[in-house]
Amino acid sequence: MKSVAYRRKATDRIMKALFLLSAFLVILPLFLIFSDLLWKGAKELKWSLLTDLPRPVGEPGGGIANGILGTLTVAGLAMAGGIPLAVLSGIYLAEYGKGAFASVVRFAVDLLAGVPSIIMGIFGYVLWVLPMKRFSALAGASALAMIFLPIVVRTTEEMLKTVPVPVREAALALGIERWKTTLFITVRTASAGIVTGILLAMARIVGETAPLLFTALGNQFWQTGLDQPIAAVPLQVFTYAISPYDDWHDKAWAGAVVLILLVLVLSIGARLLVRTRR
Amino acid sequence: MKLRGNIKDYLFEKTTALFALGVLTLTLLLFGLLVRESLPAIRKIGASFATNTTWDPVLEEFGALPFLYGTVVSSFLAILIALPLGVGAAIFINEFAPEWLKTPISFLAELLAAIPSVIYGLWGIFVLVPILRDYFMKPASRVLGWIPLFQGPVYGPSMLAAGVLLSIMILPFILSVSREVLATVPRVQKEAVLSLGGTHWEMIRIVIGQHCIPGIFGATILGLGRALGETMAVTMVIGNRPDIVLSLFQPGYSMAAVIANEFTEATGDLYLSALVEIGLVLFLLTIVVNFAAKLILKRFTPAESKRTGR
Amino acid sequence: MENAIEVKTLSAWFGDHQVLKDITMGIRRNSVTSVMGPSGCGKSTFIRCLNRMHELTPGFRTAGEVLFDGRNVLSEEVDPVLLRRKVGMVFQQPNPFPRMSVYDNVAVGLRLNGRRKSRGEIADVVEKSLRMAALWEEVKDHLDQMGSSLSGGQQQRLCIARALAVEPEVLLMDEPCSALDPVSTSKIEDLIEDLSEKYTIVVVTHNMQQAARISDSVAFFLLGELIEMDKSAKMFTNPSDKRTEEYITGRFG
Repeated sequence: MKSVAYRRKATDRIMKALFLLSAFLVILPLFLIFSDLLWKGAKELKWSLLTDLPRPVGEPGGGIANGILGTLTVAGLAMAGGIPLAVLSGIYLAEYGKGAFASVVRFAVDLLAGVPSIIMGIFGYVLWVLPMKRFSALAGASALAMIFLPIVVRTTEEMLKTVPVPVREAALALGIERWKTTLFITVRTASAGIVTGILLAMARIVGETAPLLFTALGNQFWQTGLDQPIAAVPLQVFTYAISPYDDWHDKAWAGAVVLILLVLVLSIGARLLVRTRR
Repeated sequence: MKLRGNIKDYLFEKTTALFALGVLTLTLLLFGLLVRESLPAIRKIGASFATNTTWDPVLEEFGALPFLYGTVVSSFLAILIALPLGVGAAIFINEFAPEWLKTPISFLAELLAAIPSVIYGLWGIFVLVPILRDYFMKPASRVLGWIPLFQGPVYGPSMLAAGVLLSIMILPFILSVSREVLATVPRVQKEAVLSLGGTHWEMIRIVIGQHCIPGIFGATILGLGRALGETMAVTMVIGNRPDIVLSLFQPGYSMAAVIANEFTEATGDLYLSALVEIGLVLFLLTIVVNFAAKLILKRFTPAESKRTGR
Repeated sequence: MENAIEVKTLSAWFGDHQVLKDITMGIRRNSVTSVMGPSGCGKSTFIRCLNRMHELTPGFRTAGEVLFDGRNVLSEEVDPVLLRRKVGMVFQQPNPFPRMSVYDNVAVGLRLNGRRKSRGEIADVVEKSLRMAALWEEVKDHLDQMGSSLSGGQQQRLCIARALAVEPEVLLMDEPCSALDPVSTSKIEDLIEDLSEKYTIVVVTHNMQQAARISDSVAFFLLGELIEMDKSAKMFTNPSDKRTEEYITGRFG
């Protein structure tokens, strides 16, 4: 009798310890990665990293300035097309989306959300690189836009649906036209949430490498035109990381620090936006 | 809404519908382009694409089985590691962690999910692989090298490295979905077991075991979908060798990795078309897996729509 | 015309279920008309027909006429948007626009109704409306605070000011005080009395004492039918219909 109770209690304690261990193991990589980033990235983390162009192997110094501008350019392009397309589609789905057409659109959005990003790179390649016969920022942007779209359509629809019915009723009862109610009352009420969704999607595409590998391709120099290859920080991190040169490895870590900072600023900024009720 | 007669309302509705149609069109375009560019390879290579184990672009021999194999094995390995850890951590957070700890831990797990793949790969190459190689693979190879799973010379980059790295990357998803699934267990049932004198672990085993298996299964499939498509981290640690070997300590290759590595170097239309065909297979595979996950989860969690895919 | 609104054999169905049966009544201009009755009698449904808010519910149909300004406002030729600018509504739960200041809440109806008004004119209307809603003194120094930061009673007065800002002729109020405390309730009841000098007011209420206090006329609804309608004093002291008497004396509802 006593030994059964003892065994049960012991099992209970062992299992609890295992669960604690699991939680610890899940969080551990985060600390390892961040500490490695800081530790190994510190070496090349100078201002020149942010202001200089890359230098050939062996030459000291050099930076990823063109990559930073390139990342912002390609992401900016992707969002220039992606934001109107996604937000308006989200408005359609939330406000008018009750029929079969809306269901099909939702299905397509869910489908897109699960497509691996490298496939979007193929999309950009076939759509732009093949006909133009060159790699370009445009191709990279369209690949990123396909990743951006489903995220923002979903969050926009979700945020709009959280606007309570009485708010819309109050606006309509004032004699405000339906479309104005949607645009200036409902969307306005949900605007913080919608912007949050956009920022989170931006944080995602800024970190993407695979879709840019054969669309934007990368560039050693400054951007000369949107129809030219363009540098991007993730691409540079990748190139430096797989190279055989130690000082380039150091640059890879430093570039990774810049990249993660950008992603974090966007992610945390997005969440802060929701917290502060203006 | 039966309001009619207002042109502006009508135009607004139709304009937004047009944009929604645009999204649908892009999706169809994606599928269409993938199919169109794969057709030459599909016609010329045929069924051997899926059965041939030799991938030799120089000889124009395109057997994609090594990549399929590598994708599936590395992903399953990732699930094998991530599932118990993710569920265990979820149980810890939901059932045992003090209130003040819950938010920080969730925040940290979310942070893991936000780290770009290339940074995982970077860390993989310079930290994970050396550690795995020196502290696990080399010693294990000495003792257990006769087992097929651990055979062969140890270089470092390997199927095992890819599986471990992938598991870290999919942990946040398994964690958060598991937490949602766990939260659906009715409190009354939990309290019933406890009031009968069951220990906390027994309560978890009985009640949660009964309730949550389908939902956790769905979480697994979801994580699988994510792992299948992972590109950068995998290609940086898997070794990129198109061979099919049983040994986890040997290098391998995956569908996403071969596309990433060879696309820009693909000379010849057949080569490129074969790569796109691999992309098409990957595309269809992830769609099926994600769809399956959604189906399972829809029935067992309220807020699944935020989770699927990423 | 003595009556601001004439209702003629108004019936309404929700799917196959008939919720209003042949309502015929007149609503006097610049007076307070109460609509009372037990839960489910159709009183809220009724006033929502008066500004065509019933159209927001799919599957809802009406028959009969509601005459306002000489026209049947239920007909398809009348634009509901224009109707609602003349027949305003205040809801049971105060619903100021979230994420908008007190000022913006009152001004938004004006701004979005396409009437070109200068900033000065809008400011004047905002102040006038807030004064009429007896809220000006409490918010005048904090017009840019969030509408949602006000107390429940203040929020409801804000909603009244918002409705008044678009200069309606009629104000429909659907149980405006049922979510409020007694002090706020009495403030709003006083407000209703003052407003009835300039506006035609229809108030739905389940509170008989309130109906007795504030109204000039009272309509009693039961199961979708108008049972009786008369001057307030007569309804409560000497009702004509037995069912009215039973309701008033508390035998049901």
